[in-house]
Amino acid sequence: MGFTLVYLSLLVLIPLAGVFFKSAGLGWDGFWHVALSPRVLAALKLSFGAALIAACINAVFGTLVAWVFVRYQFPGKRLFDAAIDLPFALPTAVAGIALTALYAGNGWIGQYLEPMGIKVAFSPLGVIVACTFIGLPFVVRTVQPVLEEAEKELEEAAASLGANRWQTITRVILPSVLPALLTGFALAFARAVGEYGSVIFIAGNLPMVSEIAPLLIIIKLEEFDYAGATAVAATMLMLSFVLLLIINGLQAWARSRKARNK
Amino acid sequence: MTTAIDHSLLDPPRLPREPLMETNAAITESVWVRRTLTAVALLFLAFFLLLPLVAVFAEALRNGVGTYVEALKDSDALDAIKLTLIAAAIAVPLNLVFGLSAAWCIAKFEFRGKALLISLIDLPFSVSPVVAGLVYVLIFGAQGWAGPWLAEHDIKVIFAVPGIVLATVFVTFPFIARELIPLMQEQGTDDEQAALSLGATGWQTFWRVTLPNIKWGLLYGVLLCNARAMGEFGAVSVVSGHIRGQTNTMPLHVEILYNEYQFAAAFAVASLLAALALVTLSIKSWLEWRHADELSALRRH
Repeated sequence: MGFTLVYLSLLVLIPLAGVFFKSAGLGWDGFWHVALSPRVLAALKLSFGAALIAACINAVFGTLVAWVFVRYQFPGKRLFDAAIDLPFALPTAVAGIALTALYAGNGWIGQYLEPMGIKVAFSPLGVIVACTFIGLPFVVRTVQPVLEEAEKELEEAAASLGANRWQTITRVILPSVLPALLTGFALAFARAVGEYGSVIFIAGNLPMVSEIAPLLIIIKLEEFDYAGATAVAATMLMLSFVLLLIINGLQAWARSRKARNK
Repeated sequence: MTTAIDHSLLDPPRLPREPLMETNAAITESVWVRRTLTAVALLFLAFFLLLPLVAVFAEALRNGVGTYVEALKDSDALDAIKLTLIAAAIAVPLNLVFGLSAAWCIAKFEFRGKALLISLIDLPFSVSPVVAGLVYVLIFGAQGWAGPWLAEHDIKVIFAVPGIVLATVFVTFPFIARELIPLMQEQGTDDEQAALSLGATGWQTFWRVTLPNIKWGLLYGVLLCNARAMGEFGAVSVVSGHIRGQTNTMPLHVEILYNEYQFAAAFAVASLLAALALVTLSIKSWLEWRHADELSALRRH
């Protein structure tokens, strides 16, 4: 018990508190000066925006994948099921260079997209692709167990009461999955906001265009602008906490609504 | 004119392969909807998951096996592999001990602030790895709080191996605890109490009762922790300083080679890491199929 607390505070809490202390050293004005500078704002906007879009893509396709895995039979299901966890296991740098190789102008996918005027690698679109890759398992793995436990009797009841399949899915299944879906969404989002390894290779890292916030922290560190780096870090931490709080609130709301409906 | 005989009437009645409920038309979709959905889902997975994996190996072997082996025999690459193994060899056991003790005190005892402790353990999951690296630079770096003291005693943490180990520990911190907490909570304390009442010492109880109960969950956690420890990039990149042959781990080496346009070599090292990921995934899937009941308690990964 004591050991747990000491280890936790030594390795996690004190260092994180350090970020806020250090950025407090800048003073209020100094902090906002860094946090609201155009380059930082652009980076934060890209990081959070791309993560949000990626999390939405994952929410849709992740749920679809979970649904297909739980309800349908097809050959190779186990293999695909195991592959879902690939983004957890594959080092982010490897994922980054692999995605870049695929989507670059001469890559397997890029060579077809580029003539159509879609530039994925070295543009904000690439950031979204990388964020989608790393966030996918979070949604699938949180939604899947809930779908597995969903009671078919409820669906039968809905069908016997005259609901068509679409109504059953949107009115019966979706509400019961919603809390898990929101959790998965939040996890995928939080992960994508802070993602560094897989994004920097594909992003191209043009200041103001495709430069993500974590990269900006590293750039500031390399310029020995420690205070600036911590200000960006503190802003990121605060924004993530706020967003996680909102999503936790949404989840509580979904849960209480579900409880009321029972 | 011959009359066609309907052979289907002669066949023995076919039993439905699945329980009737599965094929109940009222609660499933038409065949075409099912096929389309499955196809869309699998295409998405193929594009986003399998293709990148294939690309790693294809790119690594593009210039033939000779260049591939050459890239791995490079002394910088060997040093990077060695450092990665060292960092993982320190970080994983540390987090193993922590994960065990954290899960132990959360699952077996009641105390105030338990929920808070659990969410604190999860914290490294939601903190950007770059920020994780940054905090250690702030503390141990030349301008950091402990910096001057460390410089006096000639201890190097940042841009040296200890920093890499620290960053790795931070990032991989929740993995084992996360796996064990729900498992041990579900198992409760009955077995331990029985052992204690039969005269076993606390230590004996732990080795003979608790540990065998959680061994598969523990292995599962160690596996995930190890995969992340060896593959960590963001946090390690901040604290390492990228000194070749000294503070370069495998993922960092991939980056350096890639930025120098040595694509084949970069993908060769990357393919080793990808192979590690594949091994991790196969052991993990094997564990899930063989010991599903012992791991069942809330699988979040």
